[in-house]
Amino acid sequence: MTLEEILFYIFAFGGIASALLVVTRRNPIIAAIYIIVNFFCLAGIYLTLHAQFIAVVQILVYAGAIMVLFVFVIMLLNLGDERSLRDGFSWKKVVAGGFGFGVLMELVYIFMIPSGMQTMEMTRATDIGTVEAIGRVLFTRFLFPFEVTSLLLTAAIVGAIVLAKKNLD
Amino acid sequence: MVPLQLYLILSAMMFIIGAVGVVTRRNAIIVFMSIELMLNSVNLTFVAFSAFLGDATGQVFVFFVMTVAAAEAAVGLAIVIALFRRKQTVNLDEINIMKW
Repeated sequence: MTLEEILFYIFAFGGIASALLVVTRRNPIIAAIYIIVNFFCLAGIYLTLHAQFIAVVQILVYAGAIMVLFVFVIMLLNLGDERSLRDGFSWKKVVAGGFGFGVLMELVYIFMIPSGMQTMEMTRATDIGTVEAIGRVLFTRFLFPFEVTSLLLTAAIVGAIVLAKKNLD
Repeated sequence: MVPLQLYLILSAMMFIIGAVGVVTRRNAIIVFMSIELMLNSVNLTFVAFSAFLGDATGQVFVFFVMTVAAAEAAVGLAIVIALFRRKQTVNLDEINIMKW
């Protein structure tokens, strides 16, 4: 096994384990910590795919900015180990898990169908994930979507302030 | 050399875990975290195809998905705060005013 494969399996196992822990923990703070672990594992997988820029942005934006917002809200609302939110055994969960497993098996089956995908090789070019390459595409071909993104963020800021204001009326 | 299917299967597993989390959990904030898991698994698919096809477009799309996720988290958490102020709970079973 090459180093790349070893790293992939470590990060893949860590990612799936932490994702499972996120959806099973009762305390939201613990779930938030595990989702940060999941983001770091994903950043490692992005590095094995030579996507350096995305890996760094993943940690800065997701683990840094978005999760801080989540943890801030959890602590602001003081959502400790709420008894009223305890999820016991229910058939809803069994049915949801069964459906999920079925869809997963279907997807795995589709990915395993012999097609051009199996023989596809990762490109040897390691420079498509650099800031320079991404920036060049972002500011030429995707300039208009990039500008629309700024509009979206402005709308989100205004919406968040209006929604979280003291009196909604 | 890790084949493309393994990346896709990993992504599918994380997506399903997130989807089951959205359906089964009752805490609104954990539901939001499950949505983030699903968005991240889609990002992984984009980056995997980008690396295997040698095209940066997929990574630009991930950039846009991250922007949408940031906006969604900001607005969604503001909604959770507004709901908590009204109902003193984030239990989704008790927030059923729009239920038919």
